[in-house]
Amino acid sequence: MSTPKIMTNEQHAFLNISQIDMVFPTDTGGFTALKNVDLQIDKGEFISLIGHSGCGKSTVLNIVAGLYQATTGGILLNNKEVNEPGPERAVVFQNHSLLPWLTCYQNVELAVKQVFHKRMSSAEMKDWIEYNLKLVHMDHAMHKRPDEISGGMKQRIGIARALAMQPEVLLMDEPFGALDALTRAHMQDSLMEIQNELNNTVIMITHDVDEAVLLSDRIVMMTNGPEATIGEILDVNLARPRSRLSLAKDIEYNRLRSEVLTFLYEKQRKVTAITSPSKQPITPPQDEQVKCASQG
Amino acid sequence: MRATTVNIASKTIAEQVVNTVKSSVIKVSDILMLPAIGISLFLFLWSITAQNIHTSLGEFPGPRAVITQFSALYEEHQVTREKAAAFYERQEKRNQAKLAKDPEYTPKIRAYTGKETFIDQIVTSLITVTCGFLVAAFLAIPMGIAMGLNRRFNLAINPIVQVFKPVSPLAWLPLVTMVVSALYVSDDPLVSKSFLTSMLTVTLCSLWPMLINTSMGVSAISSDLINVSKVLRLGTFTHIRKIVLPASVPMIFTGMRLSFGVAWMVLIAAEMLAQNPGLGKFVWDEFQNGSSDSLARIMAAVVVIGLIGFLLDRIMLFLQRQVSWDKSTANA
Repeated sequence: MSTPKIMTNEQHAFLNISQIDMVFPTDTGGFTALKNVDLQIDKGEFISLIGHSGCGKSTVLNIVAGLYQATTGGILLNNKEVNEPGPERAVVFQNHSLLPWLTCYQNVELAVKQVFHKRMSSAEMKDWIEYNLKLVHMDHAMHKRPDEISGGMKQRIGIARALAMQPEVLLMDEPFGALDALTRAHMQDSLMEIQNELNNTVIMITHDVDEAVLLSDRIVMMTNGPEATIGEILDVNLARPRSRLSLAKDIEYNRLRSEVLTFLYEKQRKVTAITSPSKQPITPPQDEQVKCASQG
Repeated sequence: MRATTVNIASKTIAEQVVNTVKSSVIKVSDILMLPAIGISLFLFLWSITAQNIHTSLGEFPGPRAVITQFSALYEEHQVTREKAAAFYERQEKRNQAKLAKDPEYTPKIRAYTGKETFIDQIVTSLITVTCGFLVAAFLAIPMGIAMGLNRRFNLAINPIVQVFKPVSPLAWLPLVTMVVSALYVSDDPLVSKSFLTSMLTVTLCSLWPMLINTSMGVSAISSDLINVSKVLRLGTFTHIRKIVLPASVPMIFTGMRLSFGVAWMVLIAAEMLAQNPGLGKFVWDEFQNGSSDSLARIMAAVVVIGLIGFLLDRIMLFLQRQVSWDKSTANA
């Protein structure tokens, strides 16, 4: 990218994460979690944040959400500074965070009432809640409590609640991390379907390389902490709608996959204690190898 | 061939029936038989031991003597009620007669001043404990929520709570008595001083478990739920009403149950020491009375105190089950 392009991007960016540093106070002085994280996101873009555990992905998301305040730098949404949480930046939390004493309908209702109480009649609110529950295919269980439905279903309700706030940016913190592989694939398909319809601006944290490539317009890869920052940004120019089955044999898809894998397991390989470093060649961990093999 | 399958099917159905009957018999025996065995063993040991304890007021009462006293106490109650009814009837008649002679006459109505019966004392105790507990809950729950929400406030208040929590009601009682007699001066008092003294002592002692449990419940609310509230920008009161209160209801109720237990124990002690009406006074009066029935009557009161305490706890548990979303915390 040339310098002038960055300038124009920065001026017109819908969401501008501008040169963020994050220093957490500790007993032994400050811990610099993030150093100079800088990212411009367009309206309707789907961004994945990927990186090893503890690299500060969640911190970035929490700063955008307004739950944390950056030590230096800041967030601009529509050229307005963000310094507190708000429903225009709805969050889908990793462990759903539904209120266990409310039914699924009431959980969404709490959000809708808070956001639209001046703009909608109660009949309109009811329709809007039901529309969002239908969108995530949960209208059949809307009067159940969270402890009566499965983990994937809870996450769907969490997504419905976030979508119902009609956010300008949807922030997802490993939304499918706690789900089994089949449910996760199902949820990814659902999310693509919803995204196809609503075209939201999304930032999603993930650990899953396939998920990142399948869903994103851009994959933002973060270096390891401390002083984590953006290592590389990968543009994903795969035609939509995407299908996981046909992409499995797609050359471009597999090139992108291996780029991310290379970044994570060669360039940013987590330093772990190895008993005899000289004998241990640098290879992706076992499970990744198996995954690569199965992908063909 | 067909007959055998039918046979097998009917056999398995029969087996299933036998099995379900068996398991339900086991359940019934577990729920009813085991406690029955426990209680009978206790009664047996009690009557054996009682026979061998000789006090200056005679033999220690066994179960039979206590049961006799129960019916005696109930009869006394009936007799007193009849006397009271008769008294009011006479008063009414007298007033009617006077009114007939002199239409200007304003009838004097006096309350019956007979001795309070055992059942009256139970009612008084129940009213006192409920009032004391409600006042404590009214103070402790909002305070506990404030402590749970605000770490600084918690740090400021906590030392005071920790110091006052272990104080026995007996230490509070003289102070409460003096303060009540100094401050509660009224020509036409709504409630009696003695009621207020016992009630306030109960309040002072049952405040702490509720306060501590509420503040712990509030401060232990999952940060995810707090974040949900922040993202939705809920106002302070909506936040408390929609998130904090429902999330901490299980802990608040645990505190309330503990407090009600403490309140009931404290009340009996307070009534005994301060000669306030109630079950405690009944026990003390019987002790001072020193008749040959006294010990059996006290023992009857002990049983009643225990049963009422148990019943109050069950009522709280029932309420907790009705209110709480987290059914797992509302077990026994």
